[in-house]
Amino acid sequence: MAKITYVEFNGTEHVVDVKPGMSVMEGAVKNNIPGIDADCGGACACATCHVYVEETWLEKTGDKSAMEESMLDFAENVAPNSRLSCQINVTDALDGLVVRMPESQH
Amino acid sequence: MGENDAGVIIVGAGHAGGTAAAQLRQFGYDKRIVVVGEEPIAPYQRPPLSKAWLKGEADADSLALKPDSFYEQANVELILGVRVTAISRDTKTVALSDGRVLPYEFLVLATGARPRPLPIPGADLKGVMALRSAADAEMLKAALGPGKRLAVIGGGYIGLEVAASARALGGEAVVVEREPRILARVSCKTLSDFFTDYHRARGVDFKLDAVVDSFVGEDRHVTGVRLGSGETIACDAALVGIGVAPNDELAREAGLECTGGIVVDEHARTADPSIFAIGDVTHRPLPMYDRMFRLESVANALEQARQAASAIVGRPAPAHEVTWNWSDQYDLKYQFAGLPFDVDDVVVRGDPATAKFAVFHLSGDKIQAVEAVNAPAEFMGGRQLIGQRRSVSRAKLADMSVSMKEVAA
Repeated sequence: MAKITYVEFNGTEHVVDVKPGMSVMEGAVKNNIPGIDADCGGACACATCHVYVEETWLEKTGDKSAMEESMLDFAENVAPNSRLSCQINVTDALDGLVVRMPESQH
Repeated sequence: MGENDAGVIIVGAGHAGGTAAAQLRQFGYDKRIVVVGEEPIAPYQRPPLSKAWLKGEADADSLALKPDSFYEQANVELILGVRVTAISRDTKTVALSDGRVLPYEFLVLATGARPRPLPIPGADLKGVMALRSAADAEMLKAALGPGKRLAVIGGGYIGLEVAASARALGGEAVVVEREPRILARVSCKTLSDFFTDYHRARGVDFKLDAVVDSFVGEDRHVTGVRLGSGETIACDAALVGIGVAPNDELAREAGLECTGGIVVDEHARTADPSIFAIGDVTHRPLPMYDRMFRLESVANALEQARQAASAIVGRPAPAHEVTWNWSDQYDLKYQFAGLPFDVDDVVVRGDPATAKFAVFHLSGDKIQAVEAVNAPAEFMGGRQLIGQRRSVSRAKLADMSVSMKEVAA
């Protein structure tokens, strides 16, 4: 299990245990954490699971695919640490991960 | 909360219904929420049924919209395996097939749609299937695999996705389409030709311009599809994917206006202020195109779930969204946004031969719709431009050396 902290735009923190093999997006949706909509269910087709990865975790969360990069290019309020959370695979190495949410996914 | 407390009753436990319940709680709604569903399982995602789930890459847990614990924690009552048989608008109650009568303050109809049957001889043979529910998918999965031949009736997205899955599982697939080209109802000819070639190169057979006359069988199990031409295509199973019809009977019987779906306004509300309808079952306004239409997509279900939940709790209405959808086949990601109404010109960006291109549908100098294959920037940029109703330059749109960022700037 990896402990992941999801921080809503208003600062509310949610700390949950996520099973390795799930995506960071699934960890939020399955725990009913607001702020990650994930309309397409993880198909990298919609860019509504946008999060900001805390700087210290950027390396461990891996590289963006060209597909993810293009989708993010057109999302709102994109920053260098922006990721689509459906594309971050949870492993034990991500125990302690912190991600923050944008104001809106739409 | 007891049996006699009135809150929100959601009829239909699909993507729309499940999302409406979760959204209401997220918005702070604190009265009773009941979700009544005909299927025996909690709300789940249907899109993977024709793709990842069929190929064994997704299980029941990953399909579930929410884990079972959510419904208890959020105090959402699920009544599953039960139908709503009638709505009484006078008493604001619904009657259930198990004999119960439940009161509502607000009713949300999320009854979805059902596959259109093919009314021809042999349609009742075993092995002739449709795909809508997890139970359907379970049956279909058993009919796919090495040495097994699937006939797909209807060259729409469901049929093509299943054909691709059948091939991935080592089986054979033949697609029978009534029109001269596949995807005739939903896509332009460039896309039809592209998908036909891509599937053919991966071993899928096509019978275009072909009328299905009947299914033939042995021992009450399908063994073939007989075409109007007299030809019979041998198969071990047949999937009928020729579109869906809205489940609007309950609304009709309650006297709500239905014209090819339950008529709702921009807040997903019917003419009865206590009754909303969301998802595939609705005939809804499309403000960007100034008309009414029935959409069949997850994006539509989610948008209307948010509209209804917002209206019920008294939040401002969410902003209008550009409708969109997607389809995964082989290594292709097809995404489309908008709808091709009043189109007078089409611009192709990129070369279909490279399997990375987009088709923009224009009305005057505005984009009405975009269809993108492995071209996420074109999809996202196109969607943005459609929403902004901005004029675009055709020359820039067609020029791959101008990035979509610049086109949309």
